[in-house]
Amino acid sequence: MAAAAAGGRSEEGALIAMIADEDTITGFLLAGVGHKDFRRKTNFLVVDSKTSTRTIEDTFKEFTSREDIAIVLISQFVANMIRFAIDSYRKPVPAILEIPSKEHPYDPSQDSILSRVKHLFQADTGSAVRF
Amino acid sequence: MSSGGGGARLNVVPTVTVLAVIKARLIGATKGHQLLKKKSDALTMQFRSILKKIVQTKEQMGETMRASAFALTEAKYSAGENIKHVVFENVDQAVLKVRTKQDNVAGVKLPRFEQFSEPGEGKNDLTGLARGGQQIQLCRGAFVKSVELLVELASLQTSFLTLDEAIKTTNRRVNALENVVKPKLENTIQYIKGELDELEREEFFRLKKVQGNKKKQLQRQLAEAAAAVAVAVAAEAGKSAADGANHVADPYRFGGQQEAEEDGDIMF
Repeated sequence: MAAAAAGGRSEEGALIAMIADEDTITGFLLAGVGHKDFRRKTNFLVVDSKTSTRTIEDTFKEFTSREDIAIVLISQFVANMIRFAIDSYRKPVPAILEIPSKEHPYDPSQDSILSRVKHLFQADTGSAVRF
Repeated sequence: MSSGGGGARLNVVPTVTVLAVIKARLIGATKGHQLLKKKSDALTMQFRSILKKIVQTKEQMGETMRASAFALTEAKYSAGENIKHVVFENVDQAVLKVRTKQDNVAGVKLPRFEQFSEPGEGKNDLTGLARGGQQIQLCRGAFVKSVELLVELASLQTSFLTLDEAIKTTNRRVNALENVVKPKLENTIQYIKGELDELEREEFFRLKKVQGNKKKQLQRQLAEAAAAVAVAVAAEAGKSAADGANHVADPYRFGGQQEAEEDGDIMF
């Protein structure tokens, strides 16, 4: 599955999607990751105090099911709002990355992936094989 | 009943042919087990190194993102707060994109992201030309650097997830071979061997019995023959005695009869 998807992507390159606060998105747009397709659909969602959890979740699901997106960047405070959706997401592509935002410093203990890493490390030191 | 009935075994007919087949399968399973174990070890090694890198890169990411945020604040300060509206308006086609490649570790395909810039100028190149252009370009550079790091992190993370899955599958197979398939085959081999031994013992016993019967029969025949000879000898003696006394009696008739009887006995 990943191979076929990657084959389609490698032609024109895949996008990086974002769900974050305004400042972070401004910065990344400045770097040039922003994209608008012919339906004027963007590859980012600006989250402020008025954005509902439902909108975030729907956008997250849309981004993770889109064929042209390889990486989804998501601010950690946003990720905490839809933690259940992220924890239940198991596919390797697109990759979900939790990033820090300006008002919310990065907390490694909340990261879905990093908590798994830590868990494995502890298990590794405890017993030789634990899978 | 048989000696190999300890654990679960395949339901087979205990013959020499099947024994050979099962033995070949056991050899195959052992070889497969060794190979899968090696694969699992190779994957685990790769996995460990990726784990280490992920933790390092995540920590690095925190710093880079802080620097980027700071650069953005600087840019906002010098270019004005409404710079973001310009930036949002200017979104069209992505300039920074990623392409996926594949690495191969022990037969497991690991997707690897690689960031690249689309040729041509982005619209944002001219942003802030009137005011605070330098800060904006600096900010842009900072964020491009962040994207590079994040793309690297994404590759690592994807490899991590894929490897995790692959290791789980491989270990499951190793365990299945070690704990289910191999004991089953071994039990089957033992069962077949036991059954074959049993058959051999039965066959041996049967042969012994047959031989015993034959021996008995032979002895009986010998005994009968000896008895017949004794009778004949006795008759001969009697005849010669009678011959002397009674010349008139026909000597050949009686003797011929005796001979015919003896012949029949021997033939039997």
